[in-house]
Amino acid sequence: MNVSLPIEAIAVILIFIGTVFAFLSAIGLIRLPDVYTRSHAASKSATLGVLCVLFGTLLYFWITEGVFSVRLLLGIFFVFLTAPVAAHVICRAAYRSNVELAEESVQDDLKKVMQEK
Amino acid sequence: MVELILMSSLFLLILSILLTLYRVIKGPSMPDRVQALDAIGINLLAGVAIFAVLLRTSAFLEIILLIGILSFVGTVAFARFIERGVVIERKPAD
Repeated sequence: MNVSLPIEAIAVILIFIGTVFAFLSAIGLIRLPDVYTRSHAASKSATLGVLCVLFGTLLYFWITEGVFSVRLLLGIFFVFLTAPVAAHVICRAAYRSNVELAEESVQDDLKKVMQEK
Repeated sequence: MVELILMSSLFLLILSILLTLYRVIKGPSMPDRVQALDAIGINLLAGVAIFAVLLRTSAFLEIILLIGILSFVGTVAFARFIERGVVIERKPAD
């Protein structure tokens, strides 16, 4: 297995960086104190990691086999579009079903708005 | 060298899926579990992409798109269930 093409090496390293981001987001899911901060970790860094992995895969197939996969491009677009929306919907459901914030949090602006209604 | 890097990235991915599984099991509230399952779906998608590179086949690329769509639909359905108690609302009978 030789890395003759430098672009192939770039694709593989991009895949590795993406998995490192996914691992960091998993550590965030373990360590952060409440649903909202965990959503922050899970949605942003996992999305970036998966986008890096998929882009590396696209680059790899494009370089080594000459296949430009439109399905993979659609997958990148779809994940980029839907992962933040899913995180938003989950956070909204959590707030509406009265999941508490962590004790360290100092400000809750939405509470006033919800009480006025 | 390429295979070594791909194998180590698969290892990291499996480790992160296991760490997320801890949150699914322990998570104190329902939205925690749904969110962790969503993260597992996203990690699984990356795993399928790495397997496609490792096996040098472009036959698995539909599965990536499919897992993305299914994960999104499942998450939105669960969120609606947590928020209002029903997934699909009925029209009032008139």
